[in-house]
Amino acid sequence: MDPRRGPLAVPKVRRVGFFTSIEPSPETPRPNRSLSGPAEAITSSSPLSDSPSGQFISPVQIPPSRHHSDNLASRAAPVPVPGPSAFRRQLANDRTLHVGSYNPVDSLLGTSPPSSNGEVSEDSGSLFGFQRSDSAKLSASFPNGGFDMTVAVRAPGESEAKVATASTSDGRKKNVEASGESESVATKPRKEKETRSLKEKTSKAERRAIQEAQRAAKAAAKGEGSKRAGESSRPKPSKPAKQPQPKKEAPQVTSSVSEKRAVSVEKERRMDVPQTQMQYDDKSRVDKAKRRSVVEQTESKNKVELFLHLPQYERGNQLPNLSSNIFTLDTIHHAVYKVGLQHLAGDIAGDNARCIAMLHAFQEAINDYTTPPMKDLTMDLTAKINGYVSFLIECRPLSMSMGNAIRFLKNQIRKLPVDLSEPEAKASLCSEIGRFIDEKILLADKVIVQHAVTKIRDGEVLLTYGFSCVVEMILLYAHEIGRKFRVVIVDSRPNLEGQKLLRRLVTRGLDCTYTHINAVSYIMGEVTRVFLGASSIFSNGTLYSKVGTACVAMVANAFSVPVIVCCEAYKFHERVLLDSICSNELGDPDAIANVPLRNNKKHSKTMDNNKNLQFLNLMYDSTPAEYISMIVTDYGMIPPTSIPVIVREYRREDLLL
Amino acid sequence: MDFQVVILAGGFSSNLAPLVSKEVPKALLPVANRPVLSYVLDLLESSNLKDLIVVVEGEDAALTVGGWISSACVDRLHVEVAAVAENVGTAGALKAIAHHLTAKDILIVSGDIVSDISPGAVAATHTRHDAAVTAMLCAEPVSGPAESGGAGGKDKIKKPACYDIIGLDSSKQFLLYIATGVEVKRDTRLKKSILCAAGKMEIRSDLVDSHIYAFKRSVLQEVLEQKPTFRCLKQDVLPYLVRTQLRSDVFSDEKAVEENGSGHGKNNMQNNDGVSSQILSNAFLPSFHKVYESGLDIRKTHKCCVYIADESKYCVRLNSIQAFMDVNRDVSCFLINVIGDANHLSGYSFSAHHNIVHPSAELGSKTTVGPHCMLGEGSQVGDKCNVKRSVIGRHCRIGSNVKVVNSVVMDHATIGDGCSIQGSVICSNAQLQERVALRDCQVEAGYVVFAGGEHKGETFARK
Repeated sequence: MDPRRGPLAVPKVRRVGFFTSIEPSPETPRPNRSLSGPAEAITSSSPLSDSPSGQFISPVQIPPSRHHSDNLASRAAPVPVPGPSAFRRQLANDRTLHVGSYNPVDSLLGTSPPSSNGEVSEDSGSLFGFQRSDSAKLSASFPNGGFDMTVAVRAPGESEAKVATASTSDGRKKNVEASGESESVATKPRKEKETRSLKEKTSKAERRAIQEAQRAAKAAAKGEGSKRAGESSRPKPSKPAKQPQPKKEAPQVTSSVSEKRAVSVEKERRMDVPQTQMQYDDKSRVDKAKRRSVVEQTESKNKVELFLHLPQYERGNQLPNLSSNIFTLDTIHHAVYKVGLQHLAGDIAGDNARCIAMLHAFQEAINDYTTPPMKDLTMDLTAKINGYVSFLIECRPLSMSMGNAIRFLKNQIRKLPVDLSEPEAKASLCSEIGRFIDEKILLADKVIVQHAVTKIRDGEVLLTYGFSCVVEMILLYAHEIGRKFRVVIVDSRPNLEGQKLLRRLVTRGLDCTYTHINAVSYIMGEVTRVFLGASSIFSNGTLYSKVGTACVAMVANAFSVPVIVCCEAYKFHERVLLDSICSNELGDPDAIANVPLRNNKKHSKTMDNNKNLQFLNLMYDSTPAEYISMIVTDYGMIPPTSIPVIVREYRREDLLL
Repeated sequence: MDFQVVILAGGFSSNLAPLVSKEVPKALLPVANRPVLSYVLDLLESSNLKDLIVVVEGEDAALTVGGWISSACVDRLHVEVAAVAENVGTAGALKAIAHHLTAKDILIVSGDIVSDISPGAVAATHTRHDAAVTAMLCAEPVSGPAESGGAGGKDKIKKPACYDIIGLDSSKQFLLYIATGVEVKRDTRLKKSILCAAGKMEIRSDLVDSHIYAFKRSVLQEVLEQKPTFRCLKQDVLPYLVRTQLRSDVFSDEKAVEENGSGHGKNNMQNNDGVSSQILSNAFLPSFHKVYESGLDIRKTHKCCVYIADESKYCVRLNSIQAFMDVNRDVSCFLINVIGDANHLSGYSFSAHHNIVHPSAELGSKTTVGPHCMLGEGSQVGDKCNVKRSVIGRHCRIGSNVKVVNSVVMDHATIGDGCSIQGSVICSNAQLQERVALRDCQVEAGYVVFAGGEHKGETFARK
């Protein structure tokens, strides 16, 4: 395996449900892997714990369990693999599974990590395709497996040194790569990884202290930098091809030139780094935001402690408050207002639809916009859009895709030539928004449909969860071109979005089965393929989607049913998501408390007043990449490990130039 | 927001026969010593609606109303007063001013509403659902609990009047059926198709239509053009729209384009707009309209929404003498209770006795002014008088030994010694000579009731 691919590969750790950071520092697998080549040659057997990989074995992280058969002998006695026959289709794959030692987590979930780790480079999308060939899986897993056994050979000191050199060479290679492409995205994940690894070791208070220190350092650097750089010209607007400096180094810079550079770097980073979500357990910030806010919100009383950082408000009086203010909100354009109202009332659901609705509203708002005298269109319009966006956030937290679309729009505004007259600028912005909708959403959907339809064969049983407009299009199109297949729609309370889909599919003459998510393990037995929609996909391949998706994907994985995720590339996000706690959205708690068709008025009254009872209505969950067989996107069919490539190669030109 | 506000201020309503006169059109009837129209204007102003069109029936009335508006709020509001012919009805009035209407949506407010419900809520509901019409319903007005004793006569009058029968869908957002009280006595007919589409209908009679509507302009104008016989918004236009919501022909042009677009999009994948609109419409929670549309071949529908005001809100229309009395009492009560508001609203001072007595009013010795009373500027009350639950206007002269209970006495009225007035309305400049006893009577403006008469339930008006 090409060592360059090492850093991109996702460490193989099983994470189930709401997993916290049980993972060792993600930097560690890299040296290991690069070491694997030479190590194979040597045959000796020092204890595993001395080897670099041994140091990092935590109770949960189990090194991949497949090995060269010739190495098996040197290993401890293999434990028989329990019960793969419990799963129907697994027998076929059996020879790739569990040849080595007994692996509790692996056997618990029944399968090897899916082929997601097989191919990384984007060009392999078509090759990778959709059928999971066992040989590909085998080859993918070999380097790791081989390493596990053979790393142990050398003396600890020696191996340490070797690791160091390996990692430096690797790092250099990476540097070259990154600077050649002048991307900071590539380095960002690493930075995040660093902080992540920090996070794992430190407690909450410690983390906060570190954050404070970093913030202070940053402020100091900025102040110092701006003092000197103030009179000098503005740092050149074009992005210099260099890597951002680590934060801690910034204050130590002495020469004014490098300081200027630091400032520009700082600026650049501020533009690049995705907006950090507001932490709603940060009192002062929340108060500040409240003063600015348009929608009157009262915080709900009974909040779940683990999710205090997410916004959570009483639903009851938001809508009336907002709607009675309809005429007093002069700053909000009525189209934007309408979209906000619909978000708040829950009339509109689905990421694509929300995004399109928002963009249409922005289009309208820009059309009606006139630059006030003595003001610059770029600045003023950006401020306006910011106002709209914060209004929309108050109505409902934005989805990742909306965030991306807003970023696109702001970049378009920033990129406007100065000499453009106002009507021209407006027209160009509107057409750009229209182009975004057409190309990134609608056209992308069509391409996805074309790709995905090739994966639907006659006689198949397709399962989908909830409602995704792309999946609906795929199913309808496949039906149109005469494929014979059956659809299983899995749904969940409280939104029951699947019913919309069901209704439309049935009217179009598709053969459907409707069930709720609690029956998913029952129904999965007859399913041959799972199609899922996505709210977002992060650079580590984690799928962020409607709550329950992870469950469906895992059950499908246990039954060896391929999971195909359909997601437009504009929804990809360069962040890394490890759990569904950090970023999520809380829905209306009453929605899960009240069961329709059941008259539980008395019941709910006692529940409302109960201090010991908290309702948690999460909207999203995250599915680790290993449960996803394939992602169908507008750039083709790719494994989840290729998300960063798409983000890096294709997206920057649209969003960040 | 793209809303235009039309206030239908009426003219000389026959319902309020002796109270309104050439000088005092309905819109200027005093409620707690302020013209009723001012409450509407205040309400709209608080919602930041400052461009208003006031439609008045009759030239004379328009002049009077216009004069008052320009004197009262010329600096704060931009009001256009339009005069239409008398007796054209609300629909006719709207038709007459149709050329003034340019905005996408129109908010129609009756000029005789005393309410604290924000009209913005109606507008927001309308916008959210993209409805053809949105009506505001409010709970059956309950007259103040303290006054129930005095309302004995009122019950008798109110009972026969039927309330609106209103059918709502299960989400309480859409209007499926509406009938005004008159029709209900006979059989009512429900549209089967609507019932089938909605699945479930909730019929309520405890809601009243409060005459605040938001209309889509195109729809409103289309209806008014197609149906020249329609006179009244509430009795003709609204039921018509509700009846035809599943086979709409008012969306002739605009909706047709839209339908073509999405219909096109289904067949022709190249049409991006169609696809996006389809994505959007699919994403919305399907109302029964959508379901109905998809179930059959493409039909045109429009939505009739309702906004149901909170029960704690106050909303009363001043459309009968009884309502006038109630409103007077409630408002003065309300003003007194919410004195913080009243101070800046009307500038009244507030005494410890839960009543409002203007500082320039003169009270004789041993005169008591009970709680929930209002005494206007410069009024004189003689000795040993007793005023309870009444509103007395400006510069009235009330003699000694007078009892005023549950009544409204308008400006410049003169009441002689020893009168007893219960449940009556004395209009401005009217004169009651000595020892007149009135019970449930209305005295027209400028009328003179001769001394010593004892009257019950009469109307004094010059023929």
